[in-house]
Amino acid sequence: MTVGIFTALIFATSLLAGLLGALTGLGGGVIIVPMLALVFKVDLRYAIGASLISVIATSSGSAVAYVRQGLSNVRIGMFLEVATTLGALLGAYLTLKISTHWIAVIFGCVLLYSAATSFRKRRKHPGTAAPDRTAVALKLSGSYCENGVRHDYVAHRVPLGFGIMFGAGTLSGLLGIGSGAVKVLAMDVAMRLPFKVSTTTSNFMIGVTAAASAGVYLARGYIDPGLALPVMLGVLGGSLLGSKLLIKAPVHTLRIVFSFVILALGAEMIFSGATGRL
Amino acid sequence: MQKPRPELSDMQMDAAIANMLRFGISLAATLMILGGWFYLQHPTMQPSDYSHFHGTAIDLHNLGKVLTGTRLADSTSVLELGIVLLIATPVARVALCVVDFARQRDKLYVAVSFFVLLVLLYSLFRGGR
Repeated sequence: MTVGIFTALIFATSLLAGLLGALTGLGGGVIIVPMLALVFKVDLRYAIGASLISVIATSSGSAVAYVRQGLSNVRIGMFLEVATTLGALLGAYLTLKISTHWIAVIFGCVLLYSAATSFRKRRKHPGTAAPDRTAVALKLSGSYCENGVRHDYVAHRVPLGFGIMFGAGTLSGLLGIGSGAVKVLAMDVAMRLPFKVSTTTSNFMIGVTAAASAGVYLARGYIDPGLALPVMLGVLGGSLLGSKLLIKAPVHTLRIVFSFVILALGAEMIFSGATGRL
Repeated sequence: MQKPRPELSDMQMDAAIANMLRFGISLAATLMILGGWFYLQHPTMQPSDYSHFHGTAIDLHNLGKVLTGTRLADSTSVLELGIVLLIATPVARVALCVVDFARQRDKLYVAVSFFVLLVLLYSLFRGGR
């Protein structure tokens, strides 16, 4: 295979991963890493490094739109980034200590969990919980407008959310993914923030979280420019395309189908890791 | 002195962050595409072997030479500079937040965002060592 064909194939695969990532709401990183490792036999460390770069690009690119709409909460994001960046630093150091077999198994479990969350129905939060003291002291509140109606919200169970965020950061640094599914879990389920605020703030935080492990990745040679180029451009292009499609087409059935693809990828990662092939 | 209306300054902050992110990512993507053009000048070459891990570190000091032009035609250096700029974009975003919170006289969040900035700088310059 020549470098031209190789780059084109990786680009096309990354485009598909970005598209799937946007349509399922899981992000491109969680899909491109198993594809690179299982289909192209790329070493897991190179796959993780390239994915991390694409995650930073996608997060920064889509945050432009969200921040301008005033949907993401900069204070809540910044406060929780304390947890995610520290977690990411820990995760990046763990990649140096843990064998790739184990990383593959952990990756597979995260894939299974992520696929499961896209099947789960969203519950409405009870709207009249008492305001949380820690949240008020830390100014973890805000408001957003939807269809001309103003919605006010305050965060709840801040320590629990903070703890889950640390875990999300560790996974992000260990696996080179945005771990948006876990970030949304922390904000939506634990802290009871509105779903829209959770998803957009999570997206906004992903870039900063990923940047915290990038330093370790750079110094250890996980990021190969020749591989990062097609992966980053492909995933970015695919997710921009995917978010445009989301607005136009009803994608519910598509989403279920893709979730099965992700379940299969997760099972294959666990199997390959456990049998020592990754 | 009249206190600035918090919501108005939050909106200005949002706009500043959005502009900063757009600038950073456009510049990084342009460099990556330029580097990619150089990189694919000889498309019939063999690609690197990615099935085995070699671990060649990206050296931040070497990248200065891209700026002075001595390594401009070296595709790897241009790509590396694009990657480093991409990583620097969220870091610059946090730095901007430190300044903006200071302007809003929000001491608590100046401290919070400054701490996040320190973690990021530690990772970039001391991480992996």
